[in-house]
Amino acid sequence: MIEATSQTKTVARPASARERTSLGGLALLANAVLMYAFLYVPIAILVIFSFTSDQFGVRWTGFTLDWYARLFANQRLMGAALNTLYVAVISTVASTIIGTLTALAMERYRFRGRAGMDALLYLPIVIPEIVMAVALLAFSAFAFDLLQSITGEPIRRNLTTVIIAHIAFSISFVVVVVRTSLKNFDRRLEEAAADLGANGWQTFWRITFPLILPGIIGGALLAFTLSLDDFIISLFLSGPGTSLLPVEVYNKVRRAVTPEINAISTLMLLLSMALVGLSQLVQRRR
Amino acid sequence: MPLWLSVYAFQEIALSDGNAIELRDVVKAFGDVYAVDHVSLQIRDGEFFSLLGPSGCGKTTSLRMIAGFEYPTSGEIMIHGREMSSTPPHLRPVNTVFQSYALFPHMSVEQNVAFGLEMKGVAKADLGPRVQEALEMVRLTGYGARRPRQLSGGQQQRVALARALVNHPEVLLLDEPLGALDQKLRKEMQLELKGLQERVGITFIFVTHDQEEALTMSDRIAVMSHGKVLQVGTPTEIYERPSCRFVADFIGETNFVEGKVVESAGGYATIETADGIRLRGCSARPLSSGAAATLSIRPEKVRLLPQGEGSAGDENALPVRVERVNYIGSDTRITVRLSDQRTLNAWEQNDRSTVDRNAYWQPGEESLLVCPADNALVLTE
Repeated sequence: MIEATSQTKTVARPASARERTSLGGLALLANAVLMYAFLYVPIAILVIFSFTSDQFGVRWTGFTLDWYARLFANQRLMGAALNTLYVAVISTVASTIIGTLTALAMERYRFRGRAGMDALLYLPIVIPEIVMAVALLAFSAFAFDLLQSITGEPIRRNLTTVIIAHIAFSISFVVVVVRTSLKNFDRRLEEAAADLGANGWQTFWRITFPLILPGIIGGALLAFTLSLDDFIISLFLSGPGTSLLPVEVYNKVRRAVTPEINAISTLMLLLSMALVGLSQLVQRRR
Repeated sequence: MPLWLSVYAFQEIALSDGNAIELRDVVKAFGDVYAVDHVSLQIRDGEFFSLLGPSGCGKTTSLRMIAGFEYPTSGEIMIHGREMSSTPPHLRPVNTVFQSYALFPHMSVEQNVAFGLEMKGVAKADLGPRVQEALEMVRLTGYGARRPRQLSGGQQQRVALARALVNHPEVLLLDEPLGALDQKLRKEMQLELKGLQERVGITFIFVTHDQEEALTMSDRIAVMSHGKVLQVGTPTEIYERPSCRFVADFIGETNFVEGKVVESAGGYATIETADGIRLRGCSARPLSSGAAATLSIRPEKVRLLPQGEGSAGDENALPVRVERVNYIGSDTRITVRLSDQRTLNAWEQNDRSTVDRNAYWQPGEESLLVCPADNALVLTE
């Protein structure tokens, strides 16, 4: 055992040294550097220029936190941010619950029309978002009209419409992620629990749920991010006076790019990174 | 024996008429396929009972029906006299040790073992001692805080045992629990399981496809094939008096010689092969003359006599030529060829230590294969 390790070490060292110096090795290194630069330089620039004192946010003229201060003073932007968070939280909770239950049913039962329903579940993932948005808009107009003819009260688009729309497109994504973790879940564990006297409810909460929780968290995280940065559907379905952050950012950018935009983008980045970190932490603890 | 087990054993006897499990004409059909085909079995209290058969013979399905994971298509399953054919698994007084152990990976060993007690509503204060007692029983004291994946296969298997036994089941069901272990550990666990069963006195129903395992451990064995029970009996009954050709073939090794019955009387029958060789063997039932029959001779029950000893005219004596000799340590396994080109196997115990090649049979040697009628069996199915 010890012999084997020392052997691999002595072999591995000259090999890696040769790779570093050879042309192929250099090309490989350059490739990796470029790839990561491609991914992260724009984000780094965004973060850096959220602290520049240059009012157009394109040159480094000195450090300032002014833009963050202005941001928090901007009631319109803050309102949009709160709306976005509210929509994201509610639609994530709802779509995660519905999606998890759907995934459980699809994984567990064999029933007529299952294959067709399965295909229909995945379709929303590949449907172009603009089509989805137009469809949801048309549907809401139709539904509001119908409701108005029944109740007599005019109904306007509001945050609830956006939430419902976000739930609608998030469910498919949650189902996909949760089903992956269910595929790796050993059904015999449920039999073992039943064998030890656990009823269906106890088996779910003590065995199934904790073991597929990483998948559920993954699905929820995806739903949350999708809702947070959704632009097209939010633009189409939010009513007057209920603006959401991506739409508000777009409106501001159309006039001028200011470091304020960089600042709010940096904060959103921070939030999503914090969420990913949190979910990693939760999963590692297990 | 711990006190709770003796109290339990007493209760058990009071409850039943001596049968821990009874299957009455049980059928399990999956579509057109009969996984279990009209099986009736009585498994006695405190018995180590094995369901033995090749894969797909219905032994695991039978076990799963006793556990409650499958419900019979028809027939009845009685557990200590109570009809439980359609009772869900969590309400049955039996526990299972799964082939893959099915330990809960997100729980510690202790939590795994305590799970059944918690589900029963055992008071928190009583959990600890009972879990410790169960871990002690399977010699895993001190492993309570570990996760299943930190244990070896043999240790996981013992956790699975403790997790089941801690609930004082009326019957313990074991689904090929030793299948994943290596040969040496397997042998150790066989003896350990048997010892444990004798200590706790709980009825064990053990599913296996390994005939040697079944013979080593069981009080009684049911041999299954194609959904049917072919024979139920003690290991010696199954091995020495197989009821049919399949059982004789599946349990251990044997030589078959086909022929027709020419005589049958007093517990013996004589068959004649197509080329006129007559062989006599035991027969449980009188057989009608002319019926097709097979003589079964275990390779360790024949003797090879050196040339000059015995005579070809003796009963069940066949002149043969040694064809192949395999030395396997404890035994020498010899394949001999009959005059009619048929081959038979004979095993000789190497009861003398020598490296002299001449002490063993050599290919090409002439010999007389002798098999006393009491060591042979005439089978008709």
